[in-house]
Amino acid sequence: MNREKEVLKIEHISKGFDQLNVLDDISLTVHEGEIIVIVGPSGCGKSTLLRCLNGLEAVDDGHVYLGEETVNPSVKNITRIRERIGMVFQSYDLFPHKTILENVTLAPMKVQKRKRAEVNEEAKKLLERVGLSAKMSQYPRQLSGGQKQRAAIVRALIMHPEVLLFDEVTAALDPEMVREVLDVMLDLARQNRTMLIVTHEMAFARAIADRVIFLDGGHIVEDSDPGEFFTLPKTDRARKFLNTFTFDTVNKEI
Amino acid sequence: MFDPKVAEMLLIGTKDTLYMTLVSTLFGYLLGLPFGVILNLTRKNGLHPNKIVYGIGDFICNIVRSIPFLILLILLIPFTRFIVGKSYGSTATIVPLVVCSAPYIARIVESSLNEVDEGVVEAAKAMGASTLQIIFKVLFVEARVSLFTGAVITTGLLLGYSAMSGTVGGGGLGDIAVRYGYYRWQADIMVVTVLLLIVIFQVIQNLGMYFSGRLDHRKKR
Repeated sequence: MNREKEVLKIEHISKGFDQLNVLDDISLTVHEGEIIVIVGPSGCGKSTLLRCLNGLEAVDDGHVYLGEETVNPSVKNITRIRERIGMVFQSYDLFPHKTILENVTLAPMKVQKRKRAEVNEEAKKLLERVGLSAKMSQYPRQLSGGQKQRAAIVRALIMHPEVLLFDEVTAALDPEMVREVLDVMLDLARQNRTMLIVTHEMAFARAIADRVIFLDGGHIVEDSDPGEFFTLPKTDRARKFLNTFTFDTVNKEI
Repeated sequence: MFDPKVAEMLLIGTKDTLYMTLVSTLFGYLLGLPFGVILNLTRKNGLHPNKIVYGIGDFICNIVRSIPFLILLILLIPFTRFIVGKSYGSTATIVPLVVCSAPYIARIVESSLNEVDEGVVEAAKAMGASTLQIIFKVLFVEARVSLFTGAVITTGLLLGYSAMSGTVGGGGLGDIAVRYGYYRWQADIMVVTVLLLIVIFQVIQNLGMYFSGRLDHRKKR
């Protein structure tokens, strides 16, 4: 583990859809083992930012680097680069016609051409670690949302990615299931994984983050450590945003 | 009711009909499947959007499908003669059947593939899968129920079309129905051919639905 090592480097990227500027001159460096949580109102460009980082979306301006390599959908070795970046989506996106084990082992076997026996063994270990041993031969429809999302995380982990991207992975889940998924992510944090997490779970963000990025209107409005961000945000905009998560006691009219 | 000669004729007719239907479905898919994949890949939100390629494919597809089969059969006579050597009989009928079914199949394949959840395709992309890997390991696998159902429907359609080709000497049960039932007023033979066609259709459809149910892992059995 080398905390000085730069894993992902984002230099002045901009991205627009039609007339709308979704990302406007964003720069960010992610170091090895660092956990960055990205928060912000909906439509502020959080998901687009993540999608630019593994080349699912092309940037209009600027550069994204994974190590020495440029990340862009149009570069020739983009599939090799994407292998090195794990991504977990809000809607799980497991393959419905494959069992959980097949879902997890497909990419390492087909994309990375690893041996079935070795992949199966690792898949079983990882699935056990997230509490899904009993579900291996079941199909996604037989699992709860939280179980599906845990399987999706394993599916990303087995590729041995250098960095993991989480795009609102608990947004579609019931509170109890949110917890089981977040616990898996906390476990990953303990293993010193490099992670970028987009979430609306503020308590979780505070617990897991090394750095909190507050994104609004396509800009990085704040980039601070979680203790500071959640207690004393530097900007009004961030304060307003954080206030939307607290409620005043209702004083009923008599 | 029938002498052995008629029975034999009906047997040969049934064989010819099955031969035309199955072989033309097979060749139709050899052409139509890649065609449909190309349409899916090059469409607006496809993996490789390409307006020109999609536009041309789309145009060819619509043109061929808008020509009634009977007209296509006649239009293609010189082409059929060039490929098979003659323009009548069951082998010759396969040519227009394939030409007519390929664009139809392409459309069915395209719409089956379009239905695969974009998120699932994106997940595969994010794992570093190449386009070919996505086609074979994700699209075909996830769309297999729909692809298979499409093939069953196509087979049924081609069964009907092969009978239609009987009007121009195409061979098979349709040919018998037209020659005996229509030109010679032998209603009994026509009824039997129609019954045979119904039975064949039922077998294809029911077998197809049985297998497509077995392929489906999304719903409870």
